[in-house]
Amino acid sequence: MSGVPIGIVRFPGTNCDQDVFDAVAAIDGALPVWLWHKETALGGVRGIVLAGGFAYGDYLRAGAIARFSPIMERVIAFARSGGPVLGICNGFQILTEAGLLPGALMRNAGLSFVCREQWLRVDSTDTPFTRHFRPRQLVRFPVAHGEGNYVADDETLDLLEGEGRVVFRYVDEAGEATPLANPNGSARNIAGIADERGNVVGLMPHPDRAMSLLVGSEDGREVFRGLLEAAA
Amino acid sequence: MTVALRDTPVTPDVVAAHGIRTDEYDRIVELLGREPNFTELGVFSLMWSEHCGYKYSRALLSEFPSTGPQVVQGPGENAGAVDVGHGFAVVFKMESHNHPSAVEPYQGAATGVGGILRDVFTMGARPIAMLDSLRFGALDDPHVRYLFRHVVRGVGDYGNCVGVPTVGGEIVFDDAYAGNPLVNAMCLGLIRHEDLMRASAAGPGNAVYVLGASTGRDGIHGASKLASTELSADTVESRPTVQIGDPFTEKLLLEATLELIESGAAVGVQDMGAAGLTSSSSEMAARAGTGIEIDVALVPRREPGMTPYEVLLSESQERMLVVARPDQEPALMAIAEKWDLPCTRIGIVTDDDLWRVLEDGEEVCRIPVAALVDEVPRYVREVQEPSYLAEVHGSMPDPDEITRIDPLAALEGLLSAPTIASKRWVWEQYDHHVQTNTILGPGPAGAALLSIKGTPGALGVSTDGNGRYVYCDPRRGGALAVAEAARNLATVGARPLGVTDCLNFGNPEKDAVYFQFAEAVRGIAEACRAFDAPVVSGNVSFYNESPKGAIYPTPTIGMVGLLEDVEARPRGGGSPGDSLILIGRDGAHLGAGSLLAEVLGIVAGRAPAVDLDAERRHAEIVRELVRGGVAVSAQDVSDGGLAVTAAETCFGLPAACGIEIELPEAEGGPHGAMFGEDGARYLLVVPAERRDLARQRLDSGAVPWREAGRVTSDGRIRFRDVGERPREELERRWRNAISDRMETMEDER
Amino acid sequence: MTARVEVFVQLKDGMLDPQGKTLEHALEALGYSGVENVRVGKWITFAVEGGCREEIAGRVDEMCRRLLANTVIERFTYKLLEDGE
Repeated sequence: MSGVPIGIVRFPGTNCDQDVFDAVAAIDGALPVWLWHKETALGGVRGIVLAGGFAYGDYLRAGAIARFSPIMERVIAFARSGGPVLGICNGFQILTEAGLLPGALMRNAGLSFVCREQWLRVDSTDTPFTRHFRPRQLVRFPVAHGEGNYVADDETLDLLEGEGRVVFRYVDEAGEATPLANPNGSARNIAGIADERGNVVGLMPHPDRAMSLLVGSEDGREVFRGLLEAAA
Repeated sequence: MTVALRDTPVTPDVVAAHGIRTDEYDRIVELLGREPNFTELGVFSLMWSEHCGYKYSRALLSEFPSTGPQVVQGPGENAGAVDVGHGFAVVFKMESHNHPSAVEPYQGAATGVGGILRDVFTMGARPIAMLDSLRFGALDDPHVRYLFRHVVRGVGDYGNCVGVPTVGGEIVFDDAYAGNPLVNAMCLGLIRHEDLMRASAAGPGNAVYVLGASTGRDGIHGASKLASTELSADTVESRPTVQIGDPFTEKLLLEATLELIESGAAVGVQDMGAAGLTSSSSEMAARAGTGIEIDVALVPRREPGMTPYEVLLSESQERMLVVARPDQEPALMAIAEKWDLPCTRIGIVTDDDLWRVLEDGEEVCRIPVAALVDEVPRYVREVQEPSYLAEVHGSMPDPDEITRIDPLAALEGLLSAPTIASKRWVWEQYDHHVQTNTILGPGPAGAALLSIKGTPGALGVSTDGNGRYVYCDPRRGGALAVAEAARNLATVGARPLGVTDCLNFGNPEKDAVYFQFAEAVRGIAEACRAFDAPVVSGNVSFYNESPKGAIYPTPTIGMVGLLEDVEARPRGGGSPGDSLILIGRDGAHLGAGSLLAEVLGIVAGRAPAVDLDAERRHAEIVRELVRGGVAVSAQDVSDGGLAVTAAETCFGLPAACGIEIELPEAEGGPHGAMFGEDGARYLLVVPAERRDLARQRLDSGAVPWREAGRVTSDGRIRFRDVGERPREELERRWRNAISDRMETMEDER
Repeated sequence: MTARVEVFVQLKDGMLDPQGKTLEHALEALGYSGVENVRVGKWITFAVEGGCREEIAGRVDEMCRRLLANTVIERFTYKLLEDGE
């Protein structure tokens, strides 16, 4: 096997690791590589994905314990040096706990875990992960989480909007960010955001579950294609 | 039983308190050649309980077919397994957690999921899907809503955290379950044939380890006390027997167990489930024909001061018993450390056929393994048909009473009955996508369809069981549960491979219950033979009774089938002009059905007759039409008859579509044709351009069929000469029936 | 010294607490009128050893900021109880 090595971090309790591994493997030229949470080196990977799941059982708060794993120090340094880092679902929660992305993810407003097909609007194509989408393109990734209610203070939200860092928004089939289309009560229907430079993106929905029409959508492929190109 | 001193004298009262009959006690004395001590008595009470020892059911269960060329592992292991081709097998089992869920619904359901997951990964298989078969009282009862809400949350939180998708199941609401809900969980795992692990303690001299969580006082006497007696107000207060689930530890245990099996670091692995250390250790020894010696002082504890009795009988969750050779120990320990799990050597495999327990080297139990596992009493009883059956069969309402029912109002009522209504409120709380195998999840079809990665095939899975049918007609009801599952598989193009079951009944010491059980088992056995679907695993849950009486006898069937080529899956969709083809004869049978139960509120008559030959032939032709793309979708006709099936078919069509159904002329009105629940029937959506193909195939198949209607573009659901309703209105009732109740009404604990 | 520590973590005032809202509604339904502003939090207890009271307080404060509370959305308070208290 050869290709650009993309690291997939496995914490105890990560459960979408194999799905992300398969998603990366499905992109020509990408080589998925496991990164165990106890490791203290990245082994030369050129891009990193924090996969979904329940790292440390989501005990205390989702992502709160995982962010102190030895590997996270390296992930933080990698992100700060401009390396592409994608956090999906629990991975997004870990990125906010680690301070790589602003805000926090609270318990869903409906208080229940929610798993459904979800329309999203790509509101920023200025990240490596979304550069293959058209501006405001509608894509379909499933959501499956209990703590995906994105919150931040108004100042932060305005800053994110102003700098074009709201990457994905929950919308209805017509592309409107309505309350009904919002599965978890997130502020301004925000589903995913980027850091200042755009190389770190976190989102609650699962592009890794949208890799084949067999499971209903292949819109996720472009996210991983973009990751590979940024890593190459 | 909070304090259990080892020197408690064994008096007749103590024996009775353990649920052991005097003749059983005499047999224990005979087997030991002496009186048992208190700890040994507790051990016997567990191993000889119905839950562990199947003393009332085993003789009857031997009627099930359990062999076939596809069977890789039949009954007797932690789970059964069937071949799915390309070197893979599917490991599966269903298990009940009814009484724990009645006492503490969240933890009861969660630990039920945990237990069935362990049964599957203990075999070396990675769990790929869960299904849940649930029964509750009527949803208008605030306590039922409390149970329902928390069971669903418990199932979801556990499965979601471990990362196994919940892809299907069924839920029935009926007063018969008000005092005793049923929570049956089914798990499927995928494995390469060569990795299959058996739970045996082979090789005298090998060491025995506990891997996973530490042992506390939770669940002591869960198996014997909760699962093998009727529920009373007293049991509801018995919270110490409730186990607490930890899905995070389960996930670690799953990964560690699969890793140690794949890397060959163990000889045998067994879940420490019901009856904990006692049953896991004695059963492993029994399978291997060895003895086992354990020192309870070595078992890691969560609480100080636990007696051997408590350590042996604890049902603390997320623990595994592992047997390994001395040369395997370093690898075993390394894997445990990698996953941050304690792994402690607690004993040794011996060659003396004895189950010996020490505490700090001092012997506290010494029982022949065979006495615990093979000498369990077996009861076969001769009982008469209970008199209630004749009463139920003879109490069908007057035909006029049925004729007076407004058919469209009845359809509205049926679609908004929680048993028939959409279960979206439930399955949106379950992660049904994780692992990315879910082609058809809990929404669209009667069966789930899962891709089998690494092969071109897909698995069809369904759980079914209509307790009202079994109550009215135990033998037919048993067969119909199997037939319904097979029909559901046919609608996704899958051919049955095997069955697991959960047999939920009342107290088998009562004649009526024993009769229901024996007859239902016969019905299931006959149907499984007809579908060539051997029973490879399962579970019996007796004593499902509360002060309100026994539940409906409710065998639930979990059936697994194969669609060899995933490209042949049903594509769904449909458009105006498409034909709706009814396979099977028009309906007429209303007995024991949904119209009587949900609209008139009565349970009367016989269950529909079972024609297994027709079931098999019709299923075959449906599979063929689905696989060939002649039909874009198929629904079997079950609860609520053709009318409900047609409406649900319509809800699966693109938004603006409606349907029009033609009904045969019938004296006394359209009720039989609309709501009859006769078996072996399906409604297929066939695109206009494939109608002739369908006709040719159906005519040559010697199968009764007719074109029952078509897809329209007017967004209405119309029964010609009867009436119509806007689709949107019916769909709203169907979609919101459960969520409206759960979101606007208060619960009561 | 050894201190027993009790940490309380709660959503910041003004943050919507859907769980608290739900409980408030449920209490009302049970007939408890006049219940307002229900907030759900976490109560974490542990023992900690070493140093004087100020040093321990400093460490607990740090623990709260780094791990036990997410100060983006939560506030915390804690109590130190000496053994015997």
